[in-house]
Amino acid sequence: MNEQVNEEVALELDCRDLPCPMPVIELARQLGDVEVGELLAVVAHDPAAAVDVPAWCRMKGQDYVGADTADDGAPRFVVRRVG
Amino acid sequence: MTGRATGRTDLDSASAEPLHPAARDVLLAALERGYADPRRLHRAGREARLLLDNAREATADALGVRPDEVTFTPSGTHAVHLGLLGLVRGSRRGDVVVHSAVEHSAVRHAVSWGARAVEVGVMGDGRVYDGDLVENACSPGVGVVALQTANHEVGTVQDVGGFELPNDVPLFTDACASMGRLPLPDGWAAAAGSAHKWGGPAGVGVLLVRKRARWRNPFPGDDRVDERSTGFENVPAVLAAAAALQAVVAEREEVGARQHELVDVVRRRVAAEVPDVEVVGDPDRRLPHLVTFSCLYVDGEALVTELDRRGFGIASGSACTASTLTPSHVLEAMGVLTHGNVRLSLQRETTRADVDAFCDALPGVVAEIRSRVGM
Repeated sequence: MNEQVNEEVALELDCRDLPCPMPVIELARQLGDVEVGELLAVVAHDPAAAVDVPAWCRMKGQDYVGADTADDGAPRFVVRRVG
Repeated sequence: MTGRATGRTDLDSASAEPLHPAARDVLLAALERGYADPRRLHRAGREARLLLDNAREATADALGVRPDEVTFTPSGTHAVHLGLLGLVRGSRRGDVVVHSAVEHSAVRHAVSWGARAVEVGVMGDGRVYDGDLVENACSPGVGVVALQTANHEVGTVQDVGGFELPNDVPLFTDACASMGRLPLPDGWAAAAGSAHKWGGPAGVGVLLVRKRARWRNPFPGDDRVDERSTGFENVPAVLAAAAALQAVVAEREEVGARQHELVDVVRRRVAAEVPDVEVVGDPDRRLPHLVTFSCLYVDGEALVTELDRRGFGIASGSACTASTLTPSHVLEAMGVLTHGNVRLSLQRETTRADVDAFCDALPGVVAEIRSRVGM
């Protein structure tokens, strides 16, 4: 797993128990709840999330910051709202 | 046939192509004539041996190789295992296999069973980083390089034969996705194919081992006609597979060009008519009959089920459709969206009308599945 993201995450979505593709759907739904420039993170055990979150960012013109871990060690994927 | 009589359009020939008409009569005749043990010297045995030798010659001729380079196996998977691991066993350099990250699971399983792996990444279109492949191939301990001719999930054709590998590092190429449909590349020491993917019967694989290759049987041997094969040959199926291969090669210019255009239609229409979709793989240097795309916010299993309900049989590389519940390692390696994935592969008789019917149905199916989750 990568280094922890240092910057403050404005909103962390608990998708630990959600199957593919629900973590990405939650990400899309909640994007508007953070300001442009702020970070939004999705925490998910779904093995597809590691690929699908960056792919979603590319397709929707958002900025994929990287992967780290949540407080409990679960994989966390951090996104910056660009637009 | 695509199944117009049954109202169904099966677009999954990459999993299995229906038996080619040229193979059907051959198979039926050979069931009568080719049942005996080809090693026996009595009349029925000689007859079976004659058919087996004919199949070998026809296959060699269709593929542009020597007959003594052709071995029939019980599956494409077994041909991959034998070909790849036989080169590893024959290597004087070591047991490391350098392979692309998008090889078929048959290659990956063979490597994890009987060799050590060094995986080389691919670009977004699925083509391997050739510089990395060559650089890794030069490392100490590397016995074999494994690179597919074309990818079975996204269709991207690899530049097999275009690499400068060390002289004592042979190349294994998994040609299962392309055999018959595209000419074999150059530069390999061993190759594998699978008859049911070109319209032959299931249960026939083809292993090719070059005359000068250092290949040693990685499995227990046998006392069959061909030293590389084990077990009683399925002579009728092998002969039918060879007949199908000859026919497919003879007609591939026409069929391949038609399929290439039909896939272009799918690529264009899906990208234009379905919002939030990613059509993946190389648009030009690809298998003629295969296209893959992924739809955001769509559950792959729901997509397979709903399209099936409307008469379209397609495959998916999404996690929820896999027995392992992990996404396709091919899509993962390419870094493309893995959920909502559709792999469509045309049959020999798939028409423009079939393709248009699919493209007409798809946007509504995707919209309906998205609406279930409020997207």
